[in-house]
Amino acid sequence: MMDFAPALADSSAQQTKIRVRDLDFYYDGFHALTEITVDVHSNAVTAFIGPSGCGKSTFLRCFNRMNDLIPGTRVKGTVLLDGADVYAPGVDPVDLRRRVGMIFQQPNPFPMSIYDNVAYGPRLHGMKRKSQLDEVVRESLERANLWKEVKDILGRNGLSLSGGQQQRLCIARVLAVQPEVLLMDEPCSAIDPTSVQKIEDLMAELKDGYTIIIVTHNMQQAARVSDYTAFFLQEEAGAAARLVEFDKTGNLFTSPKDKRTEDYITGRFG
Amino acid sequence: MGSTVDLKRLTNTLALGALWLAALSTVAVLGTLILYVVVKGVGALSLEFIFTAPHGVRAEGGIGPTIVATVYVTGLAMLIVTPVAVLAAVYLAEYATQGRLVRAIRFAADSLASVPSIVMGLFGFALFVEAMHLGFSMLSAALALSFLMLPIVMRTTEEAIRAVPKYIRWGSYGLGATKWQTVRRTVLPAATPRIITGVILATGRAVGETAVVIYTMGTSINLPVSPLDSGRSMTTHLYILATEGINLQTAYGTALLLMVMILSFNLAARLIVRKNRRIQG
Ligand SMILES: Nc1ncnc2c1ncn2[C@@H]1O[C@H](COP(=O)(O)OP(=O)(O)O)[C@@H](O)[C@H]1O
Ligand SMILES: [Mg+2]
Repeated sequence: MMDFAPALADSSAQQTKIRVRDLDFYYDGFHALTEITVDVHSNAVTAFIGPSGCGKSTFLRCFNRMNDLIPGTRVKGTVLLDGADVYAPGVDPVDLRRRVGMIFQQPNPFPMSIYDNVAYGPRLHGMKRKSQLDEVVRESLERANLWKEVKDILGRNGLSLSGGQQQRLCIARVLAVQPEVLLMDEPCSAIDPTSVQKIEDLMAELKDGYTIIIVTHNMQQAARVSDYTAFFLQEEAGAAARLVEFDKTGNLFTSPKDKRTEDYITGRFG
Repeated sequence: MGSTVDLKRLTNTLALGALWLAALSTVAVLGTLILYVVVKGVGALSLEFIFTAPHGVRAEGGIGPTIVATVYVTGLAMLIVTPVAVLAAVYLAEYATQGRLVRAIRFAADSLASVPSIVMGLFGFALFVEAMHLGFSMLSAALALSFLMLPIVMRTTEEAIRAVPKYIRWGSYGLGATKWQTVRRTVLPAATPRIITGVILATGRAVGETAVVIYTMGTSINLPVSPLDSGRSMTTHLYILATEGINLQTAYGTALLLMVMILSFNLAARLIVRKNRRIQG
């Protein structure tokens, strides 16, 4: 049996947004994750860390059922969003993804104007009035710390921006559909330092209104931006990865309870 | 020892020379061909040649109606084939379970592309001109030509759709888009430049087509107005003038105009590809 106590660290004070219980994940024949149990708090930033290939992205995609798009995948266990199982029959992943937005490692603006990129989501969901769209586009770009740089070039192709600007455009695009949860999969791994700074700033600004989960391979970043940290590890090649330790970020980095966590954060492997 | 090195060097030089010659001959063939047609045909070209109708037994004057017929019929074929081919390609690339049926459809498309055009002409004659009573007409010819264009447009569209990166689709799904919304609002716009390229190449192919149109749009020199009007295409005109040796000057003039049209189609396709590459890169 796994010891659940550390995974539910200090959840009394804050509200739980996402409750994961005994989650196992399979790609066709490959068992990628096993026995994951964790609570993600609302209005906080939770970081997922661990060596590359240990299933952080896979786990993240379980929250908005993005893995449904990969043929042959299977999930066991429960993922409760506000107490309701997102894998229950009758749940439409399309509706779920409006509530649980995602930022990818590779900035992926659509090949269309900056304005149309941000208006894409609202238009999908039926917003047509120009004045309303203008308002949403401006607000979303402001909150993504990009407005000042693009307010005069909204008609330009989103792909003409720099990598870091593209990533903030993608964040604005997600904010425009007003999700409750933001999943960020290594959002800073492919961009310039100025944009990294701006993204870290906006995470701090946004966390009052959102539940944010960030996957990062950069432990300094995890320590800087997150309130909680979860450490994942695949102990041997081919084995399913587990959640080794979950705690307040301060505790996990200063006094890890598990030897493997300590080895990882002190850079002894990974 | 020294001689083997020399031999190796010599072989290398010879091989390089052969490759270079082979490559050069492609360019030389095209160059000679263009030069020949230009030299023989340029004397015929004038505004009158382009805008007036042929007259007299030697087909003096211009070739206006044949230009109109050619543009008319390929334009119509393009309008018919594009929606059908794009929808078929979307189905194949995005919706169909990849398996036997899809492989069969793809094989059928490839086979369609290799049907000799004279056979396609006879088939078009039997089906559209006769069985469907459309007569020798722009519509019959456009339908027959669309069979010829369908596999080209369908395959290029399918490849264009498959080339749209997965992470762009995921961006759309991630915002709560359905599959159809993702296809219509993201995948198709992203694939459009390459789809247009495919349509242009297929159209260039149709402009130069002779066998199909002889049997489906007729050979009479009309200025076609309604889709049910018959007419004579530039290629048919050229064919008749040349085989009957009536007026070689006009034949070469027509050939030159045809080549200019087709080359500009190919050029346009290349420009679109290049421009698009610059935006994406
Ligand atoms: N689409 C897929 N099909 C099969 N295996 C996959 C797929 N995506 C990821 N994996 C495997 O699942 C494991 C976890 O991958 P991933 O979630 O990307 O790890 P991380 O994000 O921590 O680097 C890896 O062993 C990877 O090879
Ligand atoms: Mg990853």
